[in-house]
Amino acid sequence: MKRIKKTWPFHVMLLPALICLFLFSYLPMGGIIMAFQDYKPWEGVGGSAWVGLDNFRYLFERQDSMQVIWNTLVIAVMKIVFNLLIPFVFAILLNEIRKTALQRSIQTMVYLPHFLSWVILGGILIEMLAVDGFVNRILAAVGLDPVFFLGDNNWFRFTVIVSDVWKEFGYNTIVFLAALAGVSPTLYEAAEMDGANRLKQTLHITIPSMIPITIVVGTLALGNILNAGFDQIFNLYNPLVYEKGDIIDTFVYRTAILNGEMGFGTAIGLFKSVISMALILVSYRLAYKWAGYRIF
Amino acid sequence: MYHKTMHYRIFNVFNTCLLVSLAILCIIPLLHVLAISFSSKAAADASLVGLWPVDFSLEAYKKTINNPAFLHSIWVSIARTVLGTALTLAVTFLAAYPLSKDNRVFRSRSIYSWLFVFSMVFNGGLVPFYIVIQKLGLINSFWVLVLPSTVNTFLVILMLNFFRGIPKELEEAALIDGAGHFKTLFKIFLPISLPSIATIALFSMVFHWNSWFDGLLYINNAKDFPLATFLQTVIIQRDMSSMSMSPKEMEMLSQTTVNAAQIFIGAAPILLVYPFLQRFFVKGMTLGSVKE
Repeated sequence: MKRIKKTWPFHVMLLPALICLFLFSYLPMGGIIMAFQDYKPWEGVGGSAWVGLDNFRYLFERQDSMQVIWNTLVIAVMKIVFNLLIPFVFAILLNEIRKTALQRSIQTMVYLPHFLSWVILGGILIEMLAVDGFVNRILAAVGLDPVFFLGDNNWFRFTVIVSDVWKEFGYNTIVFLAALAGVSPTLYEAAEMDGANRLKQTLHITIPSMIPITIVVGTLALGNILNAGFDQIFNLYNPLVYEKGDIIDTFVYRTAILNGEMGFGTAIGLFKSVISMALILVSYRLAYKWAGYRIF
Repeated sequence: MYHKTMHYRIFNVFNTCLLVSLAILCIIPLLHVLAISFSSKAAADASLVGLWPVDFSLEAYKKTINNPAFLHSIWVSIARTVLGTALTLAVTFLAAYPLSKDNRVFRSRSIYSWLFVFSMVFNGGLVPFYIVIQKLGLINSFWVLVLPSTVNTFLVILMLNFFRGIPKELEEAALIDGAGHFKTLFKIFLPISLPSIATIALFSMVFHWNSWFDGLLYINNAKDFPLATFLQTVIIQRDMSSMSMSPKEMEMLSQTTVNAAQIFIGAAPILLVYPFLQRFFVKGMTLGSVKE
């Protein structure tokens, strides 16, 4: 049995993945010391001056960065809520459709946007939501004033959230449908015998059986509370809506990459990473405690 | 039976109508863009097109196909998708095997798995990552599109969970017959894991085809952009200055119909593999979420 005990092949098999992890995950983590420096590209990480927590102080003093953090929170929380609520209801309603072919076709259509990138969807939305675009022509046809969905601070967040729900709600329905498929039919049969109608069955069997997975999905979403969706915002926003639509990730891109404030950009990124990590750890703990969920 | 009651029947009719209209609403934007791409320039510029082409024309597609920059970006996308997927598959397949072992068999496993999981929950952020890419000399290199995304812990977990489901006896028999771990992995595990390998391949392919930000960030020369980045700059940023184009080409790109055709060509590969995607992704989702 000595052969089985030998583990060197295991280490060899892990080597390529570990090299990639080291280069592209752990090496950048070392770069977070830049958050405590006044980083100058020509001086490098070794040569740039230390500034302690100045970058972080600056982060909390700057008007625009506080606005950006607030925008991120608002957009992310709204997305989390609606991307939980709508799939929850949609799964229950879809489950009531008995014709398998019809159910399949509906699923096929609602999952589709999930697989397309925000570049494609952004291109489509910019076209459709323009002042003379498809949507505004429909609004005009029913006698409403045109809305500048992507250029008006009063409408931008709404547009972002609705379009995110459009992209993701179908896909988010999958886990709920899986939970519904797991409900034992005998429960419904027993309820039927006792004279419960479908509404009662839904309230007392279907919904309670979806609670555990809802808790899991909801708690795990906590980790995304500072993730308002870079790809989407970047492809939809423009300087007109920075006030309500600029989020941490797009702000980092502009200040650090375009304006060259590398140290400051790293500090905001670190701020976000640390909070996200703490939330992810807490949420996994909670999901395990409340619903017995584990990933590994 | 509840299906037979009047109330339920009325509900059912309403419910079916609601869900079908929602489903149609989901794909209307795609139909609209498709309709524009097949319409004449005049009709599109006058905002006459709804869900059906007006003045049917293939002009937009002809122009798109004849644009060398567009064709080259498709080629870059295909190359990164093929190479990236192959690399991800190989690395994921190899790494998942030892990680699927029991802690008693492979003592160092927990250290390794923490390395993987930690990389998923924490990252250095955009700026340090950019600096690392720069120091590795990957700026403006094709490989920047392939290498950084090689290891995705989520895919490793997917694969190792599949390996865990393979009966232990199969592996034990192979080991007792004198096969080493490599032989067991490639001769026994590989043939039976084809479905999950296909799932991972699809995940990876969609990821690579859709990725645009890496091209924008790390590649300065617009000539070497992958298709997604090309579309991002042409359609979303409408940034022609960096594109070094002749006035004729610029005029062509400012057209709504050409944009629509380009969007549609960009989405086409995803639409083509979509039937497989749907099947495997649903499997992958539930494989990734529900387990002991």
